Amino acid sequence: MKRPATGANRGVGGVSGGAAGVGRGGAAPGNFRPRLRYRRTLGFVFAAACFAATLVGLISLAVLLVDVWGDGADALSWRFITSFPSRIASRAGILPALVGSLWVLVLTAVFSFPIGVGTAIWLEEYAPRNRLTRLIQINISNLAGVPSIVYGILGLAVFVRAVALGRSVISGSLTLTLLILPVIIIAAQEAIRAVPNSIRMGALALGATRWQTIRHQVLPIAMPGILTGTILALSRAVGEAAPLLLVGAVAFVPFLPKSPTDSFTVLPIQIYNWISRPQGEFHALAAAGIIVLLVVLLVLNAAAILLRNRYSKRLQ
Amino acid sequence: MIVAGEGRGAAADRVEPGHDPSGGSRPTAAGAATRPLPQSPATAAAGFGAAPPERPDIAVTLRGRGRSRIEERMVVAALFLCTAVSVLTTVGIVVVLVREAAGFFLEVSPIEFFTGTRWTPLFRPQSFGVLPLLAGSFLVAIGAAVIALPVGLASAIYLSEYAPARVRRIVKPALEILAGIPTVVYGYFALTFITPLLREIWPQTNVFNAASASIVVGIMIIPMVSSLSEDAMSAVPRSLREGAYALGATKFEVATRTVVPAALSGIIASFLLALSRAIGETMAVAIAAGSTPNLTLNPLESIQTMTAYIVQISLGEAPYGSIEYRTIFAVGLTLFLITLLMNLVSAAVLKRFREVYE
Repeated sequence: MKRPATGANRGVGGVSGGAAGVGRGGAAPGNFRPRLRYRRTLGFVFAAACFAATLVGLISLAVLLVDVWGDGADALSWRFITSFPSRIASRAGILPALVGSLWVLVLTAVFSFPIGVGTAIWLEEYAPRNRLTRLIQINISNLAGVPSIVYGILGLAVFVRAVALGRSVISGSLTLTLLILPVIIIAAQEAIRAVPNSIRMGALALGATRWQTIRHQVLPIAMPGILTGTILALSRAVGEAAPLLLVGAVAFVPFLPKSPTDSFTVLPIQIYNWISRPQGEFHALAAAGIIVLLVVLLVLNAAAILLRNRYSKRLQ
Repeated sequence: MIVAGEGRGAAADRVEPGHDPSGGSRPTAAGAATRPLPQSPATAAAGFGAAPPERPDIAVTLRGRGRSRIEERMVVAALFLCTAVSVLTTVGIVVVLVREAAGFFLEVSPIEFFTGTRWTPLFRPQSFGVLPLLAGSFLVAIGAAVIALPVGLASAIYLSEYAPARVRRIVKPALEILAGIPTVVYGYFALTFITPLLREIWPQTNVFNAASASIVVGIMIIPMVSSLSEDAMSAVPRSLREGAYALGATKFEVATRTVVPAALSGIIASFLLALSRAIGETMAVAIAAGSTPNLTLNPLESIQTMTAYIVQISLGEAPYGSIEYRTIFAVGLTLFLITLLMNLVSAAVLKRFREVYE
């Protein structure tokens, strides 16, 4: 509370000097009323309101985390993490969902990373500057705005039905791949665009082909940015439930998926299933599941930061 | 597709270097590099004493230029195939939605679909009026906007105009966390925290209600509004602010009468994007807002949004090819078109009304 108040004071103080200058010079027309006190008060109220608005977001975040922790911490145990779901709340665990989420995470990464980076390289390094390229670019930014459930419908019609992969880990991963692809492409494009052109020129002048330039010079420099963007996109995929509901991730899976064609569930869907039951003890399980999910996301994000730091250090 | 891709890529390779007038971000020497003069790479390598890891590549290039040219073409083709995936995704979405929705509209007239006020595909007599679902989606989205737009804009103003750099460095990533929390978590929060709170204040509140969903969706899209708007405001040049100060404006006047108008296109674009995200939001509303299609303006009642309906059907195992199954696609197409329209308008606003400063 202290810091913004000083910020606002500084602002008001600075301006009052300017306004006083106008008054002293006598340049103001006859009907000019500086109303300095009113304007200063208004400014202070406004600054305080803006600060309060910023706090709304932060406080919501804090309340949400505290609420989830308060509800779920008791249900959280090693047994919870290593058990299968059950109709009896005290015996239910989250293991298949956790393993399912890891399967989906790895497969989605394997599919989406090469395709996303490949697209970004083509768009940044090879694409001719013409209408088609512009159209592809607009298309990608629009895809980023398509609701995730629409991707679920696409996955249901294409991967589950048409390609007949069924309600399997691989259908889910392919659906999520399409979902996060635009995010990866845009992040990778930005990273590639940030590589100074002189590096390309240098490599080309030494006789490297275009692809050699990209592979040995441009990509290593762009890699930290690409990896960060990819991991952030993957953490979005880990939190998605809606598209996987359509692709048919079922909530009750009494076994661990052993191959990409097995049926599966993931953490958010298991959590959703527990939330939708009326009994309170299942809500505690849902909260415990949310803690596990948030920890997974935290690990992913920490990995993104670590990777970025390590790579950029090595390049310097 | 492969042939086309290769042809296009190769053509680009040949034509582009000479015809690229900007040349800014693009290596114009590329054409020369793919067909190097016989001597130049060798002299370059010898003259500069290239770093050891570079040497093998150059040797390879010199020994088999034909091979590396083939490799280059294969790479371009492969990269173009990657790009084709995202184009095919769009085509896939449109084809799937339109084809299945067409099957639906053969049985149900579009007039009934878009003007009917009852949505009961799961009971007899069935009726297929999408208005209750549309109203539900918009009720939640507008409620979310009422919270997120002012709060997000005010946060953006604080971060861009008032906050010291150190505060900004901490607050911005903290707000981004809000955007990274899975939506199912927001659903849980709405159901177990917000709804009980609302029932304290208004005891008639339903267990499932539009208001709690609106509130959490609003919280969810705050970071989107604030970070996009802040980007737009930060791009307003300092000279404009200083000009306003020189005329005797207070900080408040600078922020609201100079910076915000100058960044208005970016701010409106962020509003539209956030609204479109709120309409497409699924899990939080499926959990908190309920599953009773209800044409109402009362946010304390249980409603159903388009997205929540799709979730409900996908949980219920509607038989493949049945009319119930096809409703997913009709509703999905409606949802897709609405969000697409909002995203396009947002992009157009950004492009059309952007103030350009040197």
